[in-house]
Amino acid sequence: MSVVATFEIGYLRILDEEGHLLETIPDFARDPKTLLTLYRYMILTRRFDAKAVALQRTGQMGTFPSSLGQEAFSVGIGHAIHKEDVFCPYYRDHGAMFLRGVKLSEVLAFWGGDERGSHYTRDKEDFPISIPIATQMLHAAGVAYAIKLRKQKRAVLTACGDGATSKSDFSQAINAAGTWHLPLVLVVNNNQWAISLPRDKQSAAKTLAQKAIAGGFRGLQVDGNDVIAVRHAVAEALDRARDGEGPSLIEAISYRLCDHTTADDASRYVNKEDLKEAWRHEPIIRLRNYLIHQDFITEQYDEEIQQACDHEVEEAVEEYLNTEPQKPESMFDYLYAKLPKTLTEQRNEVMGV
Amino acid sequence: MSEITIAEALNQALNHEMAIDENVVVMGEDVGVNGGVFRITKGLQERYGAERVMDTPLSETMISGMSIGMAAQGLKPVAEFQFMGFIYPGFDQIISHASRLRNRTRGRLTCPVVYRAPYGSGIHAPEHHSESTEALFAHIPGLRVVIPSSPARAYGLLLASIRDPDPVVFLEPKRLYRMMKQDVPDNGEALPLDQCFVLREGKDVTLVTWGAMIHETRQAAETLEAEGIEAEVIDVATIKPLDIETILKSVQKTGRCVVIHEAARTCGVGAEIVAQISEKGLMDLLAPMQRVTGYDTIMPYNKLEKHYMPSVGRILLAVKTVMEYV
Repeated sequence: MSVVATFEIGYLRILDEEGHLLETIPDFARDPKTLLTLYRYMILTRRFDAKAVALQRTGQMGTFPSSLGQEAFSVGIGHAIHKEDVFCPYYRDHGAMFLRGVKLSEVLAFWGGDERGSHYTRDKEDFPISIPIATQMLHAAGVAYAIKLRKQKRAVLTACGDGATSKSDFSQAINAAGTWHLPLVLVVNNNQWAISLPRDKQSAAKTLAQKAIAGGFRGLQVDGNDVIAVRHAVAEALDRARDGEGPSLIEAISYRLCDHTTADDASRYVNKEDLKEAWRHEPIIRLRNYLIHQDFITEQYDEEIQQACDHEVEEAVEEYLNTEPQKPESMFDYLYAKLPKTLTEQRNEVMGV
Repeated sequence: MSEITIAEALNQALNHEMAIDENVVVMGEDVGVNGGVFRITKGLQERYGAERVMDTPLSETMISGMSIGMAAQGLKPVAEFQFMGFIYPGFDQIISHASRLRNRTRGRLTCPVVYRAPYGSGIHAPEHHSESTEALFAHIPGLRVVIPSSPARAYGLLLASIRDPDPVVFLEPKRLYRMMKQDVPDNGEALPLDQCFVLREGKDVTLVTWGAMIHETRQAAETLEAEGIEAEVIDVATIKPLDIETILKSVQKTGRCVVIHEAARTCGVGAEIVAQISEKGLMDLLAPMQRVTGYDTIMPYNKLEKHYMPSVGRILLAVKTVMEYV
């Protein structure tokens, strides 16, 4: 028997846990301002998460999925994408959404049960948060097809978790991306858990990145707790997509340090020792270590960043809590471009007319 | 002027819209080089290229999912599912996203997709090829469901569906694809998407139907005419939103109503029509309404399909029942 196909999956890691460089630093990360932006958004995401969970616990918001421990993934991908590109997120991508211009208060509104949270005052093309798993990846493939059809020099980025790689929407997005050589980058936040199902029970594949090989294009792994590696690999993949070099699948290895959502209790299935070990690899400390080694940040400046983030979160919470609810009849007002006359009667009933 | 079939009228409508609107794209399995298994998209890829007439990999999930992203970018995809019985892998994307995108984003993103599928029985096809599950879609807020039953309505309703800014499930009665011919000028004139069509006026009984059952219903109406009973025949055509006013107006006149559809009876669209007449037109009725439908069974394989489909005889029997009340 002869060999007709072989493949390799690379793994990229630039910063270790102590914040030491393992590879040559990419050009973008030589600029302290860029690194401080990444750092600031990671802090903002973590502070926002903590506040959102607190709002839920005190009955002021609905179910919320925290991204504790996965801030490097979210912020890394959000910083890599260009303004004119399109982002199709999953529900744990708040850091990336903030970088795209989505307001913190809009994210709170969404999880607080208000559709206006996906109207996005500042971002007109990105898809809203998709709750059904992996479905957004096919929307992203469709967006990428439209961009390619119109010969635009733009790319599309879409994200999902490790569980999503089992769904046919994921496989079909991979298949579509390869078949039409789409300007699409698919990123997987492999945080090791799909609610209670661990990664090794999700698939026997050694990596999730290799699922790209079945679609006929490149797949790679990055250390998802290393924001420099995530930002670098995703930006490079997006550049390739814009240049007509086709799609990429990037699997970022991280760990879900939180419950699946506020409705979950991960202590039922996560081993305490594993969790303790996972905290050793979390993404914020290693970047802070690097910033300190490089003299890019002082203790005092760090404190100022934390306070500024808290302040931004507080302002968003205030805006969220002070937003008037929608009128009940608004449930009819965006169903169709023009409400069919058959629904006028029901709308009037809601209005008490 | 030459007369054309429903299949040709659909092709004519697609060609018309692709010519005047570069955002219209056709996608589906075998729709390109092959022109579709029923040849509805014949010649389109030659004329408009493989980028606008896309042969997709064999995945209904991909077709319905990608169409949403394409539509959000301002394209107007006309997506073909090869048979209605194969829609279900794509159903999740239609009900979870296509129908909701406008509402979810408060109008920021919209989804002007037409999901076309041949539906219904009567062509002796294998299992899964003969289904009539329009009620599944009619139940979903945010969708429109349209079923043409003549070449002129196929042309005008497909044009309207493509131009509509919201998702439309467009079901084509495949038994009628080549059954009748009609003059259909290629004038780009669309038909309304919220109106029933009164195909035949009559004062004694209202026969409400759609799709391929138009054929049996009209035959029944002709037989009744010979017996001195004047039946009004209504083609619902736009299943959702349902133009109940036209139906009520007819029932007000006739006082008798029979609803005929191919789909299974329980929770079929006929149940909705009968319910709305009960709510809004009960006092106009001279007799209990009747439904003539497919049975609540699995659609039988083709050797038994004629026993499943409503026949002229079953329609006449139902009319006889409603006429017995005086």
